[in-house]
Amino acid sequence: MSAPIQTISGAAPVFYVVDEHDHPPGGSTMLGFWLYLMSDCLIFAMLFATFGVLGTSYAAGPGPKDLFDLKLVAINTAMLLFSSITYGFAMLEMMKGRVKSTQMWLAITGLFGLAFLCIELYEFHHMIHEGAGPWRSAFLSSFFTLVGTHGLHVTFGIIWLVTLMVQVAKFGLIEANQRRLMCLSMFWHFLDVVWIGVFTFVYLMGVLR
Amino acid sequence: MSADAHASHGHDDAHGRGHDDGRDHGSFKSYMTGFILSVILTAIPFWLVMTGAIENKNWTIAIVVAFAMVQIVVHMIYFLHMNTTSDAGWTMMALIFTVIVVVIALSGSLWVMYHLNVNMMPVHDMRNMP
Repeated sequence: MSAPIQTISGAAPVFYVVDEHDHPPGGSTMLGFWLYLMSDCLIFAMLFATFGVLGTSYAAGPGPKDLFDLKLVAINTAMLLFSSITYGFAMLEMMKGRVKSTQMWLAITGLFGLAFLCIELYEFHHMIHEGAGPWRSAFLSSFFTLVGTHGLHVTFGIIWLVTLMVQVAKFGLIEANQRRLMCLSMFWHFLDVVWIGVFTFVYLMGVLR
Repeated sequence: MSADAHASHGHDDAHGRGHDDGRDHGSFKSYMTGFILSVILTAIPFWLVMTGAIENKNWTIAIVVAFAMVQIVVHMIYFLHMNTTSDAGWTMMALIFTVIVVVIALSGSLWVMYHLNVNMMPVHDMRNMP
């Protein structure tokens, strides 16, 4: 792959790559970011497995039926779903090169994300206030770890989103910014996928159990 | 789905722009399709659990899990634009590998820990242990 190797007779055909082909900047960013998301997926899988093992160990404390308010979870799910579609609209506007409407959709996405976080923090606060904090039982420890890790991801996603909005405002929709927005797009939709697992396995099945 | 989703992944000059690496960027129609599908796929499980429409709990669980699986696939296709041509299929390879690892780890943990739990169930008086 390094230096071209001289063949004995100059006219002989070369069957291997002589020169390393051109790697434009950012050419493999998307694949690399996807690999990061897959490793993140493994983290969540382990947290789901932990919850699956410990999810019924209440230590005579409150269980899912006493704690979970499905209406609140439904609103939360709607927030994340809306933020997914508005991010999609931002991406479509970005493809058309419209800075203003891209920024507007990004801002709406951020607000939905913020609403999601506020509702989740309210839920956590309510649970801890009732004495159902992560220290109460193995069920609650694994619940707070799993849902909290997802919430942290959303928090960092929002910080990233604001950073990119500043970037776009300053430099416009340049190639690098487009690439960054595409990475955040994958990150944001990935978090929505994880949330499907959370509301199904933690909330809905918890209440059913 | 989108017009610029070429299957080619040649290393030509435009490679860096991210438009010709088989990656699909979606269209308004595909995003809306995904959104409407996921609203339906979210609403039905919530409705089932909140109203208790089906008496049998195991059936409800099975349906809820099935809907979640379908919704994950819908998100993968319409929002994450998964296809077999992105980056010459490497994204799909990474996804398949991750799914295999996740399935092994999840089912293995649940299986082993369930049996450990069952077999350790009678709590012995630990004070008599050496």
